[in-house]
Amino acid sequence: MAEKTYLQAISDGLRQELRRDERVFVIGEDVGVYGGAFKVTLGFQEEFGPWRIIDSPLAETAIVGACTGAAMMGMRPVAEMQFADFISCAWDHLVTVAAKQRFRAGTPVPIVVRLPSGGGFSGGPFHSQNPESSFAHIPGLKCVCPATPEDAKGLLVAAIEDPNPVLFFEHKHLYRRIKGEVPDERYVTPIGKARTHREGEDISVITWGAMVYTADEAAKQLEEADDVSVEVIDLRTVMPWDKEAVLASVRKCSKVLVLHEDTRTGGFGGEIAATIGEEAFEDLDAPIKRVCAPDCPVPFSPILEKAYIPQVDDVVKGLRELAAY
Amino acid sequence: MAVREAEPVGSFSEVKEAGLDREDLLGIYRNLLVTRAIEERGHILYKQGKIPGSFYTGRGNEGAAVGVASAMGPDDVGTPLHRDMGVHVTRGVEPWRILAQYMGREDGPTRGRDGNVHMADARLGMIAMVSHLPAMLPVAVGCALAFRIREEKRVAVGWFGEGSAARGDAHEAMNLAGVRQLPVVFVCGNNQWAYSTPTHLGYAVEHLADRAAAYGFEGVVVDGTDVLAVYREAKAAIEKAREGGGPTLLELKTLRMEGHAVHDDAFYVPKELFEEWAKRDPIERFRTWLRENAELTDEEEEGISGRVKKLLNDALAQADESPQPDPATLLDGVWATPEDLDTPHHK
Repeated sequence: MAEKTYLQAISDGLRQELRRDERVFVIGEDVGVYGGAFKVTLGFQEEFGPWRIIDSPLAETAIVGACTGAAMMGMRPVAEMQFADFISCAWDHLVTVAAKQRFRAGTPVPIVVRLPSGGGFSGGPFHSQNPESSFAHIPGLKCVCPATPEDAKGLLVAAIEDPNPVLFFEHKHLYRRIKGEVPDERYVTPIGKARTHREGEDISVITWGAMVYTADEAAKQLEEADDVSVEVIDLRTVMPWDKEAVLASVRKCSKVLVLHEDTRTGGFGGEIAATIGEEAFEDLDAPIKRVCAPDCPVPFSPILEKAYIPQVDDVVKGLRELAAY
Repeated sequence: MAVREAEPVGSFSEVKEAGLDREDLLGIYRNLLVTRAIEERGHILYKQGKIPGSFYTGRGNEGAAVGVASAMGPDDVGTPLHRDMGVHVTRGVEPWRILAQYMGREDGPTRGRDGNVHMADARLGMIAMVSHLPAMLPVAVGCALAFRIREEKRVAVGWFGEGSAARGDAHEAMNLAGVRQLPVVFVCGNNQWAYSTPTHLGYAVEHLADRAAAYGFEGVVVDGTDVLAVYREAKAAIEKAREGGGPTLLELKTLRMEGHAVHDDAFYVPKELFEEWAKRDPIERFRTWLRENAELTDEEEEGISGRVKKLLNDALAQADESPQPDPATLLDGVWATPEDLDTPHHK
């Protein structure tokens, strides 16, 4: 066990899978010689060669579409989108072909698409988005959003093993900022199981990705300043999502705040809130609260971006309102 | 690499050179007849109200479809489209399963999950098309990529039409295939009409095959009503790809002899055009060729058409007995399970 960054954990997990399973290959823009825009595949081409670490033309549909074809022929492709935002160029393929092929034609499509996502760096409208909700809405696609280095590795292994198309959202803000203990050996973190990031009793926060840390910071403040105990549930995967874990936490705390970095309307938090409303209404002592980005493209200027992405203060404010209810 | 216009096939000896013996030729003739018969039966079923949704045929394209499929090897794969029934027939899909598919029954290849020619039998190396053409081209390129990575001598055939050639997927797929010189053959079925859109509103080059030069490989224009010319050119392209020679773009020129689908009477297609191309009916053309060049006898002809008729009669009866899908199974297969990976495709 060694302490690793989130980025190193992903890189190590991917390298391990490439070593143990010759069906696994990587394809994407600049993943070879350059090692990927974020250096996740740095040095991979030297080890695995140009036909397993494939530098592709700048063509997302070709990348993801080719992964589907190769997967149908028995490979286990891992595509890299340079930024999650660019997945819009392959949206049609994922939604039209990959997501539906098992259902309608009986042909599974075991592909993984890695998506460096999220804001916080003045990436602007096209290098900062969190499009997981859009894909969670499409039956047949899985959406994975790890928050910790340990989960990043274990969920990547699970994604590669999974017989379905899996969108693997890696939050860029966590890449080098977050470190944690990561087992050296291969392990699988199951898709669809939430984890309790922080135990609490008064208010439950349901979140994922980089917002786990925002929630944790807010929880600390509530505990220290207000003597309110906040539980933080890290969903880990948005589709499938761990409804039972969410409902259990809601039933325990009776108050709930749903937090995500994606925009509010149609964001996955709405689905979680609706499910809580349907299945745990009697357990609630306060209306369900959502803290999300506003319905607006991700802005470029640091001060605007700070106003856009949910901050610790926003979560603290929401938690205090819930505590006072 | 200028586009090449393929010569028609002449004599039997030329055909033998391309790798076909007399038995193969009779097999091709039989597959052409089965293809048309399935679609004619389907049309009747549709009029009887037994086929939900819409109904598409490939009348006029039988030679193009059967010609390419006959040139594929047993381990090659392909993504045939809605005018390419002949590919399914040639690869060995049983007609009764196709009729069951038309009717949305449990024994259709998609078990009622999808309709018409949106189907494939993975065991026969086929991949089911989607409506968003040419979405299957990047998939075919991916199959070829897998073969290249594993250094297998297999080839992928990706089908598209002249209408969908306007979409970006075609460009991305052909560009990637050209860059990596992958073992894939692109087959553009140019039937001159994308629904009601004529070719001059779809593209501005003389031949779509001209585009191949832009991707660094050869383009060939072939008369799609000449099943033997299609076979010869497809065979050459497939074997070139198999030997590491990279992709080829084959443009198979035909006329869509019916509307886009059964609801469409194709009023926008000039009558003279239909009349002109009716004289080039691929089946009649091949039948005449067989009589003139391969001594096809009346007895043989009657034998084949009699067997095809019986095949279709039996198929219809069997398909009609296939149960409706059970609504309780609606959600089956939304998510693949690890056991699902145990398919011929995935091995």
